[in-house]
Amino acid sequence: MNLQAIKAIYRFEMARFFRTLMQSLLSPVISTSLYFVVFGAAIGSRIDEVEGVTYGAFIVPGLIMLTVMTQATTNASFGIYFPKFIGTIYELLSAPANFFEITIGYVGAAATKAFIIGLIILGTAYFFVDLPIAHPLAMFVFLILTCLSFSLLGFIIGIWAGNFEQLQIIPLLVITPLVFLGGSFYSITMLPPVWQTISLFNPVVYLISGFRWAFFDTADVPVGISLLAITLFTALCVGFIAWIFRTGWRIRQ
Amino acid sequence: MPAILSIHDLVKTYDDGFEALKSVNLEIEQGEILALLGPNGAGKTTLISTICGITRPTSGTVTVGGHDIIADYRKARAMIGLVPQEISLEPFEKVINTVRFSRGLFGKPNDDAYLDDLLGQLSLADKKDQKIVTLSGGMKRRVLIAKALSHEPSVLFLDEPTAGVDVELRKDMWQIVERLREAGTTIILTTHYIEEAEAIADRVAVINKGEIILVEGKDDLIARMGQKELRIELHESVSELPPSLTDYDLQIGRDGQSLIYHYDTAEGRTGITRLLADLSEAGLHLRDIETKQSSLEEIFVGLVREPS
Repeated sequence: MNLQAIKAIYRFEMARFFRTLMQSLLSPVISTSLYFVVFGAAIGSRIDEVEGVTYGAFIVPGLIMLTVMTQATTNASFGIYFPKFIGTIYELLSAPANFFEITIGYVGAAATKAFIIGLIILGTAYFFVDLPIAHPLAMFVFLILTCLSFSLLGFIIGIWAGNFEQLQIIPLLVITPLVFLGGSFYSITMLPPVWQTISLFNPVVYLISGFRWAFFDTADVPVGISLLAITLFTALCVGFIAWIFRTGWRIRQ
Repeated sequence: MPAILSIHDLVKTYDDGFEALKSVNLEIEQGEILALLGPNGAGKTTLISTICGITRPTSGTVTVGGHDIIADYRKARAMIGLVPQEISLEPFEKVINTVRFSRGLFGKPNDDAYLDDLLGQLSLADKKDQKIVTLSGGMKRRVLIAKALSHEPSVLFLDEPTAGVDVELRKDMWQIVERLREAGTTIILTTHYIEEAEAIADRVAVINKGEIILVEGKDDLIARMGQKELRIELHESVSELPPSLTDYDLQIGRDGQSLIYHYDTAEGRTGITRLLADLSEAGLHLRDIETKQSSLEEIFVGLVREPS
């Protein structure tokens, strides 16, 4: 195990995050605050409590998930795509490090960034709403697993992408719609029955539901299923990366 | 000296069927400087990329310090430093951070004393905390070398280190290579320039169309390269040589207004002075003279020219 290599990649990637600190932190904080103003204060004041929680507080877990998923995916995909784009990938390929070590470095850094941003949004939320956390440990477990799995997904996208357009297309066309339709801003029980059934095919529903359960002790789907879903998703990503590692797909000729 | 790098029957066929390397065999001795020469697309970069692990060999074996590059890749790669042809650097990172990154990536714990010394040797000491984007092209190339040397490799690959580099920087680069040789580093460099091979290499290998067609000591090659051509432009046309000039190895140019003289710079006397005096005595008036050295490319293209 080349621990030095993992450390080097992790530190290098975190340095990029801190170098662009304003951009990295300010933009999620501002957009989250805007959501609170628009959905929480303006619209939320006309919405009744959802499952016994004020609407402003109800949307917090979904908002955190929305940002964490997007940030984890874009950070990880950019992290590995950028060396491909500028050519510094030669160094990763010629280093005495295997693909898993490289993955741990990049995905670890992307997940850390997303985790920090998630905590900051949580902190920001306290300025706007009262927020109980019923199961703090579960909250952290869901948050960390989400950061990890979506960073893994982002890493795969970054390896797959041949240009900047492809790099953007999956977050834009797949992740954002799934997250918006995954119950970030509503409980799926508020939907007509047909859409409730359709929603159950959206993997993000399980993540948001589980995460919301950690805050308010109420969930759209049983929390065990949520945990299973995110574990499966993580395993799927790891499996795919293992396959990339074996075949050198899009990496080594 | 034992071989530090052994290449046996190395074949690389790309997915599209292009055979970039056709059974390459090459032994490189510890501490030597080998210049790998070849025209564009000859397979120089593919050979280096395959040894370094960037592309996978189709068949054949390569060992570095006795370690197989596939089975024992960690040990093999830890011994290698690679300076790529293209300047590929993270633009917004500081010089020292990118060098530290390389050292870590190659499995070595950070050692600022060593890295400071390395940057000093490459005249980068005062650029240490600068962002790479602010450096000149020459300085960026030095940063690439610093990165390649950051983990103290025993074998260094320099892929076209002086392509598109000005004369002064090229000389600097040669000095750097000379110092590395003194420190015992084995160096394999690819180049187009014969002067470069002449200035720094111990041996020269010529690669063309994926095959090593020649491996020769530098001195032997220089002897071959000694052939030069002197072209003398005349004011008037000549149809045949004046009798006083028939002893010279002279040819009349196609236009009849020039004479071509072949000579060897490796020999003590080139005969040029005497020839020019005899030309003037024969009543021929010179308009211009130019000398031309056969380029290495011409030599090895000549070597592999298929019989028509």
